[in-house]
Parts: sequence; structure tokens; C-alpha cells
Amino acid sequence: MDKQTRHILEILEEDARTAPEEIANLTGMTVDDVTKNVEQLEKNGIIRKYKTIIDWELAGEEYVHAIIELKVTLERKLGYKAIAERLYKFPEVRSVRLLSGGHDISLTVRGNSMKEVAFFVAEKIATLDQVQGTTTHFVLKTYKEDGVILHEPEHIKRLQISP
Amino acid sequence: MRERCDPSAFVAEHLKTVPPSGIRRFFDLVSEMDDVISLGVGEPDFITPWHIREACIHSIEHGVTAYTSNYGLLELREEISKLYSQKYRVDYNPESESLVTTGVSEALDIAIRAIVNPGDEVIVVQPSYVSYVPSVIFAGGVPVPVSTKMSNNFKITSEELEDAITDKTKAVIINYPNNPTGAVMDKDSLESIADVIVEHDLMMISDEVYDCLTYNGTHTCFASLEGMRDRTILLNGFSKSHAMTGFRMGYALAAPEIIDSMMLIHQYSMLCAPITAQIGAIEALKNGEGEVQKMVREYDRRRHLIVGGLNKLGLECFEPKGAFYAFPSISSTGLTSGDFAEGLLNEQKVATVPGDVFGEAGVGFLRCSYAASREDIHTALDRMDEFVDGLKV
Repeated sequence: MDKQTRHILEILEEDARTAPEEIANLTGMTVDDVTKNVEQLEKNGIIRKYKTIIDWELAGEEYVHAIIELKVTLERKLGYKAIAERLYKFPEVRSVRLLSGGHDISLTVRGNSMKEVAFFVAEKIATLDQVQGTTTHFVLKTYKEDGVILHEPEHIKRLQISP
Repeated sequence: MRERCDPSAFVAEHLKTVPPSGIRRFFDLVSEMDDVISLGVGEPDFITPWHIREACIHSIEHGVTAYTSNYGLLELREEISKLYSQKYRVDYNPESESLVTTGVSEALDIAIRAIVNPGDEVIVVQPSYVSYVPSVIFAGGVPVPVSTKMSNNFKITSEELEDAITDKTKAVIINYPNNPTGAVMDKDSLESIADVIVEHDLMMISDEVYDCLTYNGTHTCFASLEGMRDRTILLNGFSKSHAMTGFRMGYALAAPEIIDSMMLIHQYSMLCAPITAQIGAIEALKNGEGEVQKMVREYDRRRHLIVGGLNKLGLECFEPKGAFYAFPSISSTGLTSGDFAEGLLNEQKVATVPGDVFGEAGVGFLRCSYAASREDIHTALDRMDEFVDGLKV
């Protein structure tokens, strides 16, 4: 990856709303080159999507999150991909990861209540043929989400002038 | 009644010739104001990476709070030697050619005191960090400033250096990447300086505290030049590279004879650098490279932002290739550096540092640090635009 592409990706990862003009200011590229470069990155699928991290709790929405660990049996030939596909098609499932260690797959599930999440797991996930067992961990509080600290205290003050 | 004392009569004569830092006066002005956007800082706005702070906390929890060897923890000196041999291909014996100090400031002070006899001249390449000239005076030496020019990208040339050399010259102090200009020296230019150093049998004190903050190409370590290792007192530290200013962590690398004499002063005055900071420094060298590179890339982006912005305002600014300062010329406004900086502070509440505090060569310039958030840099540029516009009316 060249230096400018890395700059663009890091800037957008930090703030997806950064305007091409600002990216040009920060990299010394022309606005035109920035726009073309970003379009290319979108086209290649390197930039997948632009999203917003929301503190739903602060907004008054009482979502319930759970991390579900699964043990699965594999189908011949298809491997983990088949079960992963079945899982990620549920909109309730926010993330699907293949793990090393004691469990095979980890899911993040979002619902409106603990009951809703529990029933979803019991009815939709645990009943899948390949799923041997599930362990559900309800999330009590999120401190950091995708690199963003949700309740960060104020920074310390620095001297205004120093040598 | 005993006679009242006049404390001022006790102050040493040679200190009366040293003016207080011009930065100090500005600091006092700023501290009385609210809502100031500051481009006046000479320190990173990042907080020390967490893994370093965590290592320090862990060491305190485990009661690691004693003195260390006067030289500093051997493990730290070994890490420093490893860094220099890997990064710059210059080898230092960690046991005899390395000294850990309380910030680069201490290293600079004792480096000068270790080699300067009363009356010896020390060439200070300017614009320069504010402590070089006073440190030479404190050591009983005579500072000889040599000015670099914007037209030459604030690089020192061998001719300029030669012109300043007399039979009393003992050493030269350089600082590249440079505070306050952001200038760097390429290898070829440094080679020609090295020739002069050898020809006149001088010692080079090279303050390379900004070496990690080099944006185009790679930094050349002066000691890595052929024949220069034993003619260089190399100074570096963790303040700028790892955002550790308050830890006060610096070090000196030099020939054993030089380190021994620096050590003589260090062991009686400082004893040793704080152990907690040394623990942090070990962690920084072992596991800090990723965080350093992340910070460097962000400085690089801000560098583009501020240099482009300043040039758009009509303040001519050469491209700084290192450190985290832009050094625009304000001579087009007709104001002195001091008047510009003071006016900008009073009218628009933007703090900068007037270039002349860094020596004669800084007259007509302004130091703008981009170790500030992008948001602050934008606001500062907008306010500077208004200030410059106001001058035209």
C-alpha cells in the first residue's frame, strides 16, 4: 500500500465524514486525486461501508447485546462457510467470527430484551443441525466499541506555551 | 538589629548576562487569558501510549522505586544500543558509552560542561532550541551563534560553519530535525559538515531528539557518518518520539572518555534518572514502534494542513520535513516577530512563539507547532487569516 492510500484510509477510519477537501489538505493531494482514490478504494471493496457508532443507551434505546459462543459440527466440503452463512443472514446477528480455542464460532446478537435474545438463540441458533451447543453471555455495559471509548474522561491540561 | 540582607547581591555575576527565555514572557501572557488556541507548545498533544504508562504503574505497584545505577538501568542502555546498531548501524557499548539522563536537557548541559574549558567557544547553529546558548554560558564557555537561512531550507553549510571557527572553537551544537524550523539535513550536507569537524579537530554535539519525526526520507544520524562516532556526543530521548515529555527521559551516547566525564557531573548532581521513567523507556523501546509510527503519520497529515494553510494566508512557509513545527516568515506583514505574535494573541487568541527567541536567525519568523488537534489547527488558521487581513486595512 502506498503512503497516500494509507493516509486516506486512516483518516476515513477515524472519521468517515471527512470531506475530500480536508483529506486533500491533510495529504497534500489534489481534491480530484483524493476523490478518484476513494472511489477506487470503494470499488475494490477495501472501503466496505461508512457507518456511525451510536451510544444507543444514551439515546434512551435499551438494546440488549449478547455474545454467543457456538460449538459446531462441520459439513463435508463446505467447512465453516456454510454455517457462517446461515448465521449471518439473521439481522439480529451483528457479527460472526470463527475462533480458535474451546469454541468454534462467536456471534454478537442484538435484541430489544433479554427474553427476545434468549428466544432467538434457543429457537433459531441452537436448533440448527450443525450447532452442538451454545453459551450465551449478556453484555452488561460497553466501554469501548470498535476502537472508540464511549465514556472517556476529559483530557489533562497541557501548558499553552513550552519550549 | 542585624543588618537586612540584599539577596540580589548574592546572585552570581555570569548569570546576570543570561536573559530569561523569550518563551517565558509569552507563557506569562497566555496564562492570563481564556479560550486560547495554542500552537505554542513544544510537546506532543498525544498522551503517552497506554502500554508505556501501564508498565510504569505496574513497576510502582511492585515496589520498583529505588535508585538505579548512575548510568541508568543496564537493560535500558542495552535497548538503546540495540536501537542504534539496528537503525543507524552505529555501535555503542551499553556499559561504557551510554548514559541515561533526566531529559535531553540534562544530557545537553553535562555534555557541554564535560568538554568546555573557560573561554572555549561553542558554535550554536541557529535558529535553535532556547537552552543551547545559556547552557554554554553556564559552563563558562562562549556561545558563537551561526545563522542558517530559509533560502537554504535552514540547513547549515560547511562555509557558514568555517566562517565561525576560530582557534578557540571547541564544539558545535546542531539539532536536526530542528526545533523551531522543522528543517532536516540530508546525508550529503552532513558529510560536508563532518569534513569541517575533522579538519578543525572539533566535537559535535548532535541533539537528535526529533529523529523519529522525519517525514520524507530517513534521518541520518551524525554519529553514523564515517569517522564521526568518537567525535559526536549524540543526544536523544523519549519526549517527542513517544510523547513522554513529563517523564524526563533522555540519554547521551559518546566515546567512553566523554561519557565518563559527563558521568562525573551526573553522579554528583542528578545521581540517576527516575526509575519509573526508565521502566517506561524500556517498554517504549521494546514495544513502542507501532504507536510511534501512528503518531508520526498523524503529524504528517497535520503538517500538510498547517503548511498549506499558512501559505494560503500569504505567510511564506518552507516545507518542514521533520519535528512538529512550521516556521512561516511574517516579514511580508511588516511586523516584528514579537509584535505579530503578541497581536495575534491579544486580538485573535492564538498562541505562537515569535521566531526571534530562537536566535537572530529567527527574526521575522513565527514558530507554529502542529502538535495540536486538527480542529485547533483549523481554528487557528481561520483566526490568523482574520488577523493578517486586519493588518492590510
